[in-house]
Amino acid sequence: MSAAADVATLQASFGAKIWETLEFRGEQTVRVELGSLHDVLAKCRNDLGYEMILDVSSLDHFGDQPRFEMVYEIATLDDSKRLRIKAKVSEEETVPSITGLWVGADWHEREVWDMMGIPFSGHPNLKRILMWEGYPYFPLRKDFPLAGRPTDMPDVAFTGVAPLEGGPFVTSCGSDDVAKREPRAHVVK
Amino acid sequence: MVSPSNNTLHTAYDSKIEGNVIVTRVDAAINWMRKNSLWPMPMGLACCAIELMATASSRFDISRFGMEVMRFSPRQSDVLIVSGTVTYKMALAVKRIWDQMPEPKWCIAMGACASSGGMYRSYATLQGIDKLIPVDVYISGCPPRPEALIEGLLKLQTKIEGEHSMLDQKRSFIEEIA
Repeated sequence: MSAAADVATLQASFGAKIWETLEFRGEQTVRVELGSLHDVLAKCRNDLGYEMILDVSSLDHFGDQPRFEMVYEIATLDDSKRLRIKAKVSEEETVPSITGLWVGADWHEREVWDMMGIPFSGHPNLKRILMWEGYPYFPLRKDFPLAGRPTDMPDVAFTGVAPLEGGPFVTSCGSDDVAKREPRAHVVK
Repeated sequence: MVSPSNNTLHTAYDSKIEGNVIVTRVDAAINWMRKNSLWPMPMGLACCAIELMATASSRFDISRFGMEVMRFSPRQSDVLIVSGTVTYKMALAVKRIWDQMPEPKWCIAMGACASSGGMYRSYATLQGIDKLIPVDVYISGCPPRPEALIEGLLKLQTKIEGEHSMLDQKRSFIEEIA
């Protein structure tokens, strides 16, 4: 069976809970409602043969309601077919963890929690994976500035605000030698 | 068979004694010893560490300058080479290793990231290791070539030559007893 046939199978069994299906250049995308997300993924895993989780990621549609969107990329082990499952998540909602279906989703979901702040229910070890426990922000959200925000956890870590333009950090192109291009480089005599 | 020498011995010059005596200042002798056996603490955090490894290996070979003894214990090293991107998560660990190194110690910020955060102007990256620990030599480049690192280490040697720790100690000691 192809991925397109699997999409038809999912539509037949879940009906209106599947909001939208989309085919773009051979890529199959299925948008489902959050309530049946786990069931859809379980069917893909158990009945349709998608044995591999390629990626779990998230989007921040800042300003829209619901704000977030989960994206799951799944594939069969021989990579003969691939499927993308999406589900919208509002800020108050919790996403069911799929670590019971694919063990490999463990760290992906921790990354989503760490960077985007979407909580998962039923995850065995939901803690931050890149930033440290106690860091108060979710850096990949659209309302978080790239330069960062100052924080301080004594004996653990601190953060500061990075200069994004101007200042002594900016290199100027066009100069002939490195000492002129890089303002903090100077010749030691 | 060694042919007998016709040279007469100079009785006034005893090479056994005078050939082994060098007159110098204590500071100069200490600096000479320090600068020629710098034991680096490799703080390899990113791609600069690859260049650091190349510097240590046979093609570039910093053992020519007595610096090949990379110590992975900060207690046994003299110069901390911060080579790579220092994230905020790593920053206090680097600081801690620096604090564990015994005096006298020096620090080299190798590459753009360690010197200024480099291209990482973001929430996750410390904007230069000099915000946490004093840096003696900055090396520009992304990453710097091994030659640049060797140049930096030689600049550090020049800097060590000019130090006068014993002189300062002596001066403060004299002030103390006066």
